[in-house]
Amino acid sequence: MTAAPSVTADWMVGTVTSTAYATPGGRVLALEVPHWPGNLAGQHLDLRLTAEDGYQAVRSYSIASVGFGSTVELAVDQIPDGEVSPYLTMDVMAGDQLEVRGPLGGWFVWKPTDPGPVQLIGGGSGVVPLVAMMREHVASGSDVPFKLLYSVRTNDDAFFYDEIRSLASPTIDVTFAFTRKTPYGFEGTAGRLTKESVERDTIPASENPTVFVCGPTGFVEAVANWLVALGHDPARVKTERFGGK
Amino acid sequence: MAVISRGFGSRRRESSPDLPPGQFLTEDFPVLSAGPTPDIDTADWEFSIVFDGGETRKWSWDDLMALPIETINTDIHCVTRWSKLGTTWRGVSLDTLFEGIDTSYGYTMIHSYGGYTTNVPLEDLMDGKAWIAFEFDGEPLDPEHGGPARLLIPHLYFWKSAKWVRGIVMHENDDPGFWEQNGYHLYGDPWLEQRYW
Repeated sequence: MTAAPSVTADWMVGTVTSTAYATPGGRVLALEVPHWPGNLAGQHLDLRLTAEDGYQAVRSYSIASVGFGSTVELAVDQIPDGEVSPYLTMDVMAGDQLEVRGPLGGWFVWKPTDPGPVQLIGGGSGVVPLVAMMREHVASGSDVPFKLLYSVRTNDDAFFYDEIRSLASPTIDVTFAFTRKTPYGFEGTAGRLTKESVERDTIPASENPTVFVCGPTGFVEAVANWLVALGHDPARVKTERFGGK
Repeated sequence: MAVISRGFGSRRRESSPDLPPGQFLTEDFPVLSAGPTPDIDTADWEFSIVFDGGETRKWSWDDLMALPIETINTDIHCVTRWSKLGTTWRGVSLDTLFEGIDTSYGYTMIHSYGGYTTNVPLEDLMDGKAWIAFEFDGEPLDPEHGGPARLLIPHLYFWKSAKWVRGIVMHENDDPGFWEQNGYHLYGDPWLEQRYW
């Protein structure tokens, strides 16, 4: 196992430098973390909020940014009955401070030295760590074949929609699957992924891709089971799930 | 001294003295797995313990069901910060599976269908602290949650309670398992917040 940038034991102060609505319920936050040690594509961090009376809450978020800069970018989806995500998606403003710890996780990561090809499959806000991988692909000048399949309700609900489209290149193939409504001019109909559409729109098992699947639990369960049924080696299907069943 | 996040704290979750530090209560049952969910038929299921000299004990599903079955009421704590309080399981105690065995090794590696591993000191498996569990809240354990059977070690973070468990290999040393090689703590006590390296 190649060592990831090591997690620092202490919480680091981060200052929010910008916030932007990315979807109706989701925001992209940029944090300035002076002592951030850098992170690999796909890693996450712990984020800690402290109220004036000392009450604290901590949650984990995937990191959209990669590399060694002190700017850390997160994309946060609002969970209606949550206590941290509503603060991050509605209340926090540029100039506010919070704390982070990380980077964390050494499994759901992609490094430019890893062998290809690579298939990325994201559902909803599960695309965030996959965007980090595509950014790393571009930043490193990698020629490893990448293919993204992004399932999302509508184009308005897609995180990093314009950026993802602009990242499409001869080595990064991008396919959107809109489950509710397709944008004007989109070829194809709206609908959830099926085993057949996954087979059609992803790298075949015969090419031995590494597959990263991230999204809500039900989405990841279904997709990962189809991949295994389509002949993918389960050991090469890396998953990250969120939410209950 | 933690910095104050302006305006935070208006939507607090319910708290409980039974929650370890840094955990929040959840009513649903999140699923966290590193890969696809394996499909295991109980007709093919087998569980083994490999002892110091290579001696192996094996159990089929029917063998397991013939052993004394215990009901376990316990709280569970995931390293990703959710906890569930008052869960009910049924399973076979590891004390029963280790009965009559004399081992000089102090550590174990738990192995799962699908290739997952996690390391646990032997003493954490003994004396009513760990089970092979196959029922959750009165129902057979769902595959997503580790069915047909998972390890249940509720006093450690839940990644130690290996899903789809298939066996235990005795180890002389505390060698790291899967998540323990990928950033998580070697032991994982939730009350000491032993989350990461």
